[in-house]
Amino acid sequence: MLTLPSSLYDQMVAHCLTGLPEEACGLLGGDPVSGHVYRCYPTENLAASAKLYTVDPREHLRADRDAEGAGLSIIGVFHSHTHTDAYPSPTDVAQAPDPGWHYVLVSLADIQPVVRSYRIVEGVISEEPVCVPGR
Amino acid sequence: MPVQVNLPTVLRAHVGGVKTVTAEGSTVGEVLRFLVDRYPGLSGQVIDPNGSLHKFVNVYVNDDDVRYLSVLDTPVKDADDISILPAVAGGSTGAGEHHRR
Repeated sequence: MLTLPSSLYDQMVAHCLTGLPEEACGLLGGDPVSGHVYRCYPTENLAASAKLYTVDPREHLRADRDAEGAGLSIIGVFHSHTHTDAYPSPTDVAQAPDPGWHYVLVSLADIQPVVRSYRIVEGVISEEPVCVPGR
Repeated sequence: MPVQVNLPTVLRAHVGGVKTVTAEGSTVGEVLRFLVDRYPGLSGQVIDPNGSLHKFVNVYVNDDDVRYLSVLDTPVKDADDISILPAVAGGSTGAGEHHRR
């Protein structure tokens, strides 16, 4: 399960909406054991595309250091799908770097953004619950 | 000369579970090849079969991404801090309407 405080959930969705018409992306800092997210790191999409994203490597390094400095880890990545559902694409699966990570998809295909989270282990996708305390 | 190399979670299993290892080399390429020689589990993870930096990782010398420097030929000095992180990318390419639900 991924636990995402409402303020970080809103920050993540707002970053995705701001990125339109391109895909937006960012990293999530948290506790790798519990799956609780404590920090959201919106990053630039270097691919600058409506169909692809690349997290800016230097922003990734800064986020990683910030998270480590706070006793946390980067435990996942989020990105938007501007016109498709919140489900990992073959590209997402092929490039998923870490089986321990949470892969969060924000679909902007409909008026109401849809957020879902997945684990991707050796190409196998499994959805996990997203808990937003208070909502 | 010895340098410290910080590894991402996904590669730590290949080096005994630690976050930081010591390596030697005067360029990024030498450092990475040193690591692959010492930790064969890293083979194919940081250097691709053509001998280039693997596209699925980013390597930094201190704060700088080596792809913006001289990639594997980037010089490394004593006490430089080298970090390896996964390249994080993807996208909706290939996602069809059949995924709508």
